[in-house]
Amino acid sequence: MTTSPELQPTDTVRIPRGVRLREDKARGGWVLLAPERVFQLDPIAREVLTRVDGERTIADIVDDLAAAFDAPRERILTDVRAMLLDLMTKNVLEVV
Amino acid sequence: MTEAMAEYRRDTVSSTAKPVPQPPIGMLAELTHRCPLQCPYCSNPIELTRKREELDTDTWRRVFRQAADMGVLQVHLSGGEPAARPDLEALIASCVESGLYSNLITAGVNISRARLDALADAGLDHVQLSVQGATAEVNDRIANLPGAFDKKLAFARNVTDVGLPLTLNSVIHRHNLHQIPDLVELAVELGARRLEIAHAQYYGWALENRAALMPPREQVMEALELVEAARERLKGKLVIDAVVPDYYARLPKPCMNGWGRQSLNVTPAGKVLPCHAAETIPGLEFWNVRDHGLNEIWRDNPAFNAYRGTDWMPDSCQSCDRREIDWGGCRCQALALTGDATQMDPVCELSPYHDEVQVLAIRDAGRDDDFRYRRFAAAPR
Repeated sequence: MTTSPELQPTDTVRIPRGVRLREDKARGGWVLLAPERVFQLDPIAREVLTRVDGERTIADIVDDLAAAFDAPRERILTDVRAMLLDLMTKNVLEVV
Repeated sequence: MTEAMAEYRRDTVSSTAKPVPQPPIGMLAELTHRCPLQCPYCSNPIELTRKREELDTDTWRRVFRQAADMGVLQVHLSGGEPAARPDLEALIASCVESGLYSNLITAGVNISRARLDALADAGLDHVQLSVQGATAEVNDRIANLPGAFDKKLAFARNVTDVGLPLTLNSVIHRHNLHQIPDLVELAVELGARRLEIAHAQYYGWALENRAALMPPREQVMEALELVEAARERLKGKLVIDAVVPDYYARLPKPCMNGWGRQSLNVTPAGKVLPCHAAETIPGLEFWNVRDHGLNEIWRDNPAFNAYRGTDWMPDSCQSCDRREIDWGGCRCQALALTGDATQMDPVCELSPYHDEVQVLAIRDAGRDDDFRYRRFAAAPR
């Protein structure tokens, strides 16, 4: 398993105060609301972020996704970690 | 995943009438024009609204509900100084009730720790604090309020102590341009997650004070590089957003990301505007939330439809590849610099006025005018 130095499968991440995940009924879909920014989430990003609760590790989330979508775990881990790292760079996600 | 500020998919089915506009994402709620600061580039109009004309608590509550119902996601509680309103806690609670993300835009000089606790308890999501400079000397002179800087620092520490995310915002001009590296350090030191380096935009008060504010071209270019370097260096630690100084630019800014396209403004007296300065454009009648529903205004007020989309554009804009990138630039700037709001933004290098704007900027940058501070009852020129 390849691991990134910045984010390990054993890490737990959370959506920090000041960032909110909610449904966008007017336009459809879900959004992440951050200071002066709105991120429109695609269905995959939504599946990942609704599982981010500040308690489950990244590995837990990946296991859950692999089971729910019957998809290869390795591939999911790679995608999820890339996405979460990107959100950390944008200051809308943090490691607990 | 895409940043929604960039583009929302348009899937309106239109019959004979104009297509229904997509709902706005953000709303600026200017709760009051009262403010302890007197910044000479204030975005409020020259003719300020008095306290007795301000909307009451219940009307604002109604506006927030209507905003949420029509699809607004974020509300920026601004002013003047929004904390001058004793009902700010109630207004934040009302945003929370409607599911709106609430952002407080404050000068930070009149909010005690106890008040801040109350605002946080009401459910405030984020605080944006203005600083006029990176030192007390510069800050207090521009704000025209001795002691303001120290109060701002104390407030910023309270914000991070309470656990609320903090953005620092600084409007940049000739008198503080040299402090950009210090502003970056200050933001980091205060624990801000975001810094706005916003070059002054010349409307209203800033237009009045242009000859006292306009920085020289070389310094502006240097500043842009400094900001870029800091952004790279602090990636993941501090988000730096820049508002560009457009008088020296070749291409216009996508002002408001298009007129009546993503956001709206409600003034202290309840008028609904596409942007801060829209009232400077003659011939537009802006409807009031006292008389109309917010969605009705957004959809049907002729003022909102006047420059919406691309149909209103001059031919040279309509045939330009950038027409849905910069949306023709800024209508208020076209008016201020050419006398005609339907002109292409004269910042654009394709505008016949482009060279004049450059000359104007260079001329004003070389002058040494005093500030005309923002005050009530200051008669227009």
